[in-house]
Amino acid sequence: MAIKLYGAPGSTATLRVRACLAEKDLDYEFVNVDMGAKEHKKPEFLSRNPFGQVPAFEDGDLKLFESRAITQYIAHAYADKGNDLIIKDVKKMAIQSVWMEVESQKYEPATSKLIWELCLKPMWGMPVDEAVAEENEKKLEDVLDIYESRLSESKYLGGDGFTLADLHHLPNLKYLMGTKVKKVFDARPHVSAWASEILSRPAWVKATATVA
Amino acid sequence: MVVKVYGSIRAACPQRVLACLLEFGVDFELINVDLDSNEHKQPEFLQKQPFGQVPVIEDGDFRLFESRAIMRYYARKYADRNPKLYGTTLDEKALVDQWLEVEAHHFNDMVYTIVLQKLVIPKMGGKPDLALVQNCEKKLEKVFDIYEQQLSKNRYLAGDCFTLADLSHLPGIRYLINEAELGHMVKEKKNVNSWWCDISNRVAWKKVMQLME
Repeated sequence: MAIKLYGAPGSTATLRVRACLAEKDLDYEFVNVDMGAKEHKKPEFLSRNPFGQVPAFEDGDLKLFESRAITQYIAHAYADKGNDLIIKDVKKMAIQSVWMEVESQKYEPATSKLIWELCLKPMWGMPVDEAVAEENEKKLEDVLDIYESRLSESKYLGGDGFTLADLHHLPNLKYLMGTKVKKVFDARPHVSAWASEILSRPAWVKATATVA
Repeated sequence: MVVKVYGSIRAACPQRVLACLLEFGVDFELINVDLDSNEHKQPEFLQKQPFGQVPVIEDGDFRLFESRAIMRYYARKYADRNPKLYGTTLDEKALVDQWLEVEAHHFNDMVYTIVLQKLVIPKMGGKPDLALVQNCEKKLEKVFDIYEQQLSKNRYLAGDCFTLADLSHLPGIRYLINEAELGHMVKEKKNVNSWWCDISNRVAWKKVMQLME
């Protein structure tokens, strides 16, 4: 099969790419990387991603890493398949790009730290650092206040339709909705409605079917 | 009509945008935002950029923020002026995007923390977290190890041509060498050093440096 995705089922970055592949209705081979056995730090995987992180991706001869580069490639290369994930007009694409950067630079740092503290540490019996959790919850609230304002003017973050700007949020959103941080999303009506909507997209449901 | 760039010439993200505009031959007017007096956190500026950060560009009545989004916009708009900067094929574009993500997540986070702790916090009368700085420096060394390896295979990060992925590093590496006094990280690595000498000697970047004086 031309498209191969090397990743771990629970990994947020892997899920980001799986969501994109599902939206585009693409067939691919999923190759499990055994993170428990530190497979992602071994030479064979490092030759796919020198940073030793999942996922890694192949489409024929093209080899890529970094989930947000992979999703952008898929969205452009398979523009005519499945759902549109990129707005074609150059100016509107730029606005979409702004909110993709916001997800990457503002939403991701706060949410990934919260996921580490509230979801992953407990799973491995490690003590939660409440100070770090509180600090990042506050940072997330500040970001979501801006999202609330944006979503009161725009149906989706990137524009009138669902795009990568929304999709990129899904994996971290999924994890946080199972924690006490759910309340910060619920407290903001436009954010809450947007979150519910994108979490119920059939492609997302399909992409997460493999995750416990 | 010239593009208005709101920012400080001394700040990394505006420098990234200016270098990009210069590479594409786009005329601009730099409108200073006084970071020292917190102008970027005032209501008037927040109307332009809700996160209170520089830069913001205004191109007529079209406004954008986030430096890497701004770069990608101009690279698409003026692709014919400098096609190699963002790749000419889908595969090439994907590799540029990949190394831009690397810069944004692996490189920038470390540089930002080092600059914050070593420069900004002491300037505001605070005490830097030296353990955190040391930790970031170790991580940054590992990032440069990977760059060294990549640059042994390619002249530039994404391939044989200079792209936005290389350009995006210019402001951060400048800080590392100058204010942060960590130039050894670049100079001790043969390929990284050659690459830095090459990209920092580009006409566009030299013009940005002139604006700083």
